Amino acid sequence: MREKVVVGMSGGVDSSVAAMLLKEKGYEVIGITMQIWQEEPVCKIEENGGCCGLSAVEDARKVAEYLGIPHYVLNFKEVFKRCVIDNFTEEYLHGRTPNPCIRCNRYVKWEALLDRARQLGADYLATGHYARVERLPNGRYAIRNSVTAKKDQTYALYQLTQQQLKHTLMPVGEYRKEEIRELAEKAGLPVAKKPDSQDICFVPDGDYAAFLEKEVKDKVPGPGAYITKDGHVLGTHKGITHYTIGQRRGLELAMGERVFVTDIRPNTNEVVIGSNEELFTNRVVCEEPNFMGIEALTEPLEVLAKIRYNHAGEKGIIRPLDKNRVECIFEKPVRAATPGQAMVFYDGEYVLGGGTIV
Amino acid sequence: MIYLDNGATTKPYPEVIEQMLPFLQQSFGNASSSYGLGMQAKKALNASKRKIAGLLGASMQEIIITSGGTEADNLACYGIARAYCHKGRHIITSKIEHKAILRACEVLEKEGFEITYLPVNEKGVVSIQDIEQEIRRDTIFISVQTVNNEIGSIQPIQEIGRLAKKKGIVFHTDAVAGFGKLPLDVSKLGVDLLSASSHKFHGPKGIGFLYVREGIQLHPMIVGGNQEGGYRAGTENIPAVVGMAKAAELTVERLQENQIKLSWLKEYFGRRLKAKIPGCVFLHPVESCVPGTLSVAFPGTEAETLLIQLDLKGICASGGSACTTGDRKPSHVLTAIGARPEEIKGALRFTLSEENTEEELEQVVQVLAESVSTLKMKE
Repeated sequence: MREKVVVGMSGGVDSSVAAMLLKEKGYEVIGITMQIWQEEPVCKIEENGGCCGLSAVEDARKVAEYLGIPHYVLNFKEVFKRCVIDNFTEEYLHGRTPNPCIRCNRYVKWEALLDRARQLGADYLATGHYARVERLPNGRYAIRNSVTAKKDQTYALYQLTQQQLKHTLMPVGEYRKEEIRELAEKAGLPVAKKPDSQDICFVPDGDYAAFLEKEVKDKVPGPGAYITKDGHVLGTHKGITHYTIGQRRGLELAMGERVFVTDIRPNTNEVVIGSNEELFTNRVVCEEPNFMGIEALTEPLEVLAKIRYNHAGEKGIIRPLDKNRVECIFEKPVRAATPGQAMVFYDGEYVLGGGTIV
Repeated sequence: MIYLDNGATTKPYPEVIEQMLPFLQQSFGNASSSYGLGMQAKKALNASKRKIAGLLGASMQEIIITSGGTEADNLACYGIARAYCHKGRHIITSKIEHKAILRACEVLEKEGFEITYLPVNEKGVVSIQDIEQEIRRDTIFISVQTVNNEIGSIQPIQEIGRLAKKKGIVFHTDAVAGFGKLPLDVSKLGVDLLSASSHKFHGPKGIGFLYVREGIQLHPMIVGGNQEGGYRAGTENIPAVVGMAKAAELTVERLQENQIKLSWLKEYFGRRLKAKIPGCVFLHPVESCVPGTLSVAFPGTEAETLLIQLDLKGICASGGSACTTGDRKPSHVLTAIGARPEEIKGALRFTLSEENTEEELEQVVQVLAESVSTLKMKE
């Protein structure tokens, strides 16, 4: 019997080509588009009993029809709200800067969707991520860099568990972005020319402060004091949710020199201002680590560590502080390590693991 | 393909399509034109309305053609509320009406009307005592569906009709899920308005009607030309009207025979489901339910997943009645009859037609049994 795979189809080029490649390889492919978050007016229309009018769904449907594979739209709004949005708002309210894609991957795509796929009798869940899943000589599964380092999407996947990886296919990771577009065009896929999506899906305009204002209005802290690290008050800020570590723009402070946010103190509602130099550190600690290539970190290891999505990575040595925390000492200081973001460790091309920066 | 979703829509009878074709081809006239071609259309329109009226024990002038069940329901609610608002602003309806009624009532609420939503018992039936208690001096309108579209429960329309008449209140019944499933005579039932939708009884889509008893005031919702006696403007969709009339005629003609067949199929399907899938729960009422409708819960499963598994095997059914790609809010009907959340989550609706066979149903039972057991295993 042919192996069955569920492809998470967003309506974009990458997941469309993923579905196509798997079909060509002989898998029995089922396309599923997740409904996770919509703009208000669309939700209103849906409540009236209609179907989702988002072009994402329509595009995915068109591609599935073109490929001749069954396609379904499944609703994951409840789990997305519970596992991603609620955490996102909570983190901001505590002065941290979360990465919701990591949680979405871990809890929504590779838990709720994978569960559904398994219920439908599928052996695998596939996505259009630029990454590869490989089994290491030690028997464990790990995510490997895509062949396009430029379009690498491994950072947001570090939390995947061994069980999840075992049932994962990422066919797009074998290609470069240009090759994927070329394949799409050659095959005549209806979405071949569709632009890539940017930003966080549920905050399409990138205005996180406004999103929080709308989601959790009563909880958003009001204006507070800008201070120096020694406690001198410099002025008034708009509320801690408007800031992230390393931010320079939009501070509205006339200091005569370039100043940056160096710390956020949620308990006192203070934003600490300092120089660029103060943003550099050679020690970063993360918590709740997940490891791929090794079961657990027992001794110091030399790795390449990334402290944010678009960070090139810096050489460092990691070691366990306790069961729940890992420390990384960098060879050269890194700039603006931000609580809430992930620190992801690489062993060559492979994701070794990672954790949330504290 | 095995089609068990006749509550969503039905396959048009071949006779229906045959009757429609001339009006899509040579007899394409506008029923308002005075020359021969137009008169042909007008004649067909009137003959169709007369046919439909005859099936209900009504007269031709009492039938208003609409674009379907939703428009008929909306027109009844808005049209009566606005025509009788000088007498009062209180309306009574039930919690398990179709959204076409419930949403219209919400709009009326914003316009200052007061709505009472009647509860139903575990069989999905309103109580006549409840209605009697809720009637006030300013109650102007009662709207209760004939048959529920999700669980098939039949409402005591005749009793409500009698009560409404005694109290001088206008009474509407949404018969979209009832027309062709029960003998409906508007005089016997004592209804003042009745809505129906053609595609639910093997007619074309986009067409329906509202019966309005002579003497009842009604404000039009769609205005323009003088079609439908001024109650519904817009050039009549003659092919669809002709198709609807033929479908209505055939459905009523075959009603008794079909009901016997459907009762047997439902009995068979129910028995086989119980035998092969221990733990499945029937949410449709045993009595006072139209044959052909089964609402079956498979606790421990999710309807969305079951529907995909059925679809992959070419079987069409639905979860509750809502669009499965829409918001998965728990069904308001299943909630109202007190079904447990676990049951609502895994509830499927099967609506049979006389064209289904025992072999088909057996196949569906096999697929379901397999799916349910693997879903429960994976838990």
